[in-house]
Amino acid sequence: MRRTTRPGANELVMLRPEGLWCEAGGFFIDPWRPVDRALITHGHGDHARNGSAAYLAADASAGILRARLPGASVQTVPYGERLRINDATVSYHPAGHVLGSAQIRIEVEGEVWVVSGDYKVEADRTCDPFEPVACDTFVTESTFGLPIYRWRPQQEVFDEVNAWWAANAAAGRASVLFAYSFGKAQRLLAGVDPSIGPIVVHGAVEPLNRAYREAGVPLPDTRLVSEVKDKSVFRTALVVAPPSAAGSTWMRRFGEYSDAFASGWMRLRGARRRRAVDRGFVLSDHADWPGLQQAITASGAHRVIVTHGYEATMVRWLREQGLEADFFATAYGGEEGAALSEEGADGTGNDAAAKRADAAAAAGGAVVTDTAATDAVPTDAGSTTPNPAAIDESALSADHGEDDATIGRTDLA
Amino acid sequence: MKRFAELYAELDGSTSTLAKVDAMRRYFQSAPPQDAAWAVYFLAGGKPRQAANARVLRDAAREAAGIPEWLFDEAYHAVGDLAEAIAHMLPDGPVDDTLGLDAWMRERIGMLKGSSPEAQAAMLQQWWGALDWRGRFVLNKLITGAFRVGVSRLLVIRALAEAFSLEPQLLAQRIIGYTDARRNPDAERFESLVSQPDLYAASAADAGRPYPFFLAQSLQEDPAGRLGAAQDWLVEWKWDGIRGQLVRRQGATWLWSRGEELVTERFPEIADASFALPDGTVVDGEILAWDAQAQRPLPFAVLQQRIGRKAVDAKLLRDAPAAIVAYDLLEHDGQDLRERPQVERRALLERVMAQAAHPLLALSTLVTADGWEEYARLREASRSNGVEGFMLKRKDARYGIGRTKATTRGEWWKWKIDPYTVDAVLIYAQPGHGKRASLYTDYTFAVWDGRPDGGRALVPFAKAYSGLTDEEIRRVDAVIRRTTTEKFGPVRSVTPTLVMELGFEGIQKSPRHKSGIAVRFPRILRWREDKPVAEADTLASLHALLGQGG
Repeated sequence: MRRTTRPGANELVMLRPEGLWCEAGGFFIDPWRPVDRALITHGHGDHARNGSAAYLAADASAGILRARLPGASVQTVPYGERLRINDATVSYHPAGHVLGSAQIRIEVEGEVWVVSGDYKVEADRTCDPFEPVACDTFVTESTFGLPIYRWRPQQEVFDEVNAWWAANAAAGRASVLFAYSFGKAQRLLAGVDPSIGPIVVHGAVEPLNRAYREAGVPLPDTRLVSEVKDKSVFRTALVVAPPSAAGSTWMRRFGEYSDAFASGWMRLRGARRRRAVDRGFVLSDHADWPGLQQAITASGAHRVIVTHGYEATMVRWLREQGLEADFFATAYGGEEGAALSEEGADGTGNDAAAKRADAAAAAGGAVVTDTAATDAVPTDAGSTTPNPAAIDESALSADHGEDDATIGRTDLA
Repeated sequence: MKRFAELYAELDGSTSTLAKVDAMRRYFQSAPPQDAAWAVYFLAGGKPRQAANARVLRDAAREAAGIPEWLFDEAYHAVGDLAEAIAHMLPDGPVDDTLGLDAWMRERIGMLKGSSPEAQAAMLQQWWGALDWRGRFVLNKLITGAFRVGVSRLLVIRALAEAFSLEPQLLAQRIIGYTDARRNPDAERFESLVSQPDLYAASAADAGRPYPFFLAQSLQEDPAGRLGAAQDWLVEWKWDGIRGQLVRRQGATWLWSRGEELVTERFPEIADASFALPDGTVVDGEILAWDAQAQRPLPFAVLQQRIGRKAVDAKLLRDAPAAIVAYDLLEHDGQDLRERPQVERRALLERVMAQAAHPLLALSTLVTADGWEEYARLREASRSNGVEGFMLKRKDARYGIGRTKATTRGEWWKWKIDPYTVDAVLIYAQPGHGKRASLYTDYTFAVWDGRPDGGRALVPFAKAYSGLTDEEIRRVDAVIRRTTTEKFGPVRSVTPTLVMELGFEGIQKSPRHKSGIAVRFPRILRWREDKPVAEADTLASLHALLGQGG
């Protein structure tokens, strides 16, 4: 077993301008640029991007990926099955994030890495539960990598949603629930009590419902909003829509309604107020702070590489816990980034991050340590303000990829 | 605590006024009176002394959460609110929350105050452990006294009025002084507050109770279009001091500030002068630093020396003399005049003031002109007269309560002069709080100043928080992150690229500030994206404003 203090050249997995690269296997994992061979952890837009020649994913991801990457060559494998790809042995293991999400285990000459993509540790009836996989190096996200993020058991959240929906229905107003179309929407549909009233969904949500049903995940009956002719139906209905529908003319048809947003970010009052919705339900498909610690411990890894989220914070914390820790400057942005691409703005939200990842890789080391280089801030990308200062990112003092931009992202989603 | 935490959650989670009033009404009707007493106190703006300092809270929370100080700080900055950050970072345990609000305040938080930091930490950790995050959050708010939940005193009054079928006006009057920090709320005070009028026993302590202040709306447009003929209006200067009510009853005097604070002892010369007024008189006016000889106000900065100073010595009285300039009469011969028309109250006021004939009881003079155009010209002299513009009062206006809705027919208007403006450069930024936590919204601005070596440097002179739209805030936030050169704690120093037009109300020399000046009420008027940093204003141009009064 090799021990290194920095991921760099000759590592089992390295950072390249295209994405995470495994030399021994000759493949990329969740590349953000077109490559020959892409191993995909899950179907969210920031992890599964267009343009690569060949894709490999878990079986349960097949329907989603074929819908999202039309015409692409997609191969799938069952969870747990070991494949030999050049000099690497690869297997996919459930990550519990969304349908088909996987941690990718890579073994080369006895050394084991697990690239976990996005994950959560609480079991969820719409996908296979997170499975701890022993490894030497664990590559983890840190979307909610601050100790203020602690989730309540999901049933409590579903109960809150049910109570809100029932109260609205009793008052004769629609309940419009904003949730990311892929994953969160289906988890909510599977969790709420369909006896309260009819469930209608936005056009962006239904194709994913179909993919879930085809994969054998039971969901209650749903109708497309556009198919509802009798508007009085809305008065007792739960309407599930992507966050981008908020404030759009699409909302006009509901007459009087109460709106809510289901996201881990809703944990904070400030974030909820910025959203300006009536209710915020704290429900995330990412691990909370204790969940991240639990997954890292369960992997048994002596070394952890943090990708996106509050990475500098997590790296420092893990080092203080006696682990080797570093981070990869990736272009992943959690489901918010995915939500951006879902709504037809594919990639735009992650340009800034992709550029930084490029810069980092080009700068020689595959990893950027202790800089703010990975705050994937779509607000930057979207800004028209000139940047006369052009400060060298690496000159910035210790930051944490947080940069609170994570919350900004939800605003743009 | 559970019931109150639920009320807090409802108020915090709603933007609907109706829903908030309804939530409070249900709470007031169902909570035990001793708990409701405290709820009214907090919701109406009462601020108890902080029971434990922030350091103790932070350390106790860090220890309970098992995290180092730097991580606590990261978490705190992401939340932007200490009470909430602590509530979120502690693990949930089995909840045992049956104690009422009053018991919490008296038996627990009351006990916290005198204890050693170690004992405080132990108590806090034990209490946190038995509450859910909402309960922890509200507890932390009660301890730190920073209790803001988007409810105005007027809404509390509406809820109480609905809950107990009382007139809002009556409650508005009774509630004055309720939030005075020197008296703890209790069941008796609450029951007295909401008792039916025939059962309401006015105690001796109530004798000095003032009337709720009537507030003016701000006039943004031309008065001719909005207010009709000028002859229907009384026009006075808008004084820039402390709004005050001088209550003269039962041979004694009470001087109240608009914050419903009793300030009689801070202005002994006004209290002395009030003896010239007959019993049963209540005067509404402005407390000003006053040049008695010239009969005109001194700059607000002089008055500032008196604000917050409880001990008033002879030197202070000499250096910063005060007077009250009267502009309304609310009670005469013990009769409430508030329903009488403005002109009638004004005539009585003039008579009362003439009889009193005391140099420290001045009368706010009426300004007369032929029409709005002439008033507009006269208004230009505001700054040299040491005032902020005009007050316009409809001749038939009754004396209302609080700020009336912006109806077509407002009765009191403030018609202020345009603020001073300056184009300044943003040099430091810091995240805001609450809704703006984790966005850079608090800025420090600078102007150019010459250096001995012939070059020039940016000198900070003002902080401003408000004035940008949400969209602009987001864009400015992105620029700040991109142009950061240094960080000290939460503060970022940036490469100067952002120019904003700032407005402010007054400007004073200030040896305490690096720039040598201090400005009043600075705020952002607009983002000058068209203006390069090099063309921002200079310190010399600010100094030039010093001569213009204010």
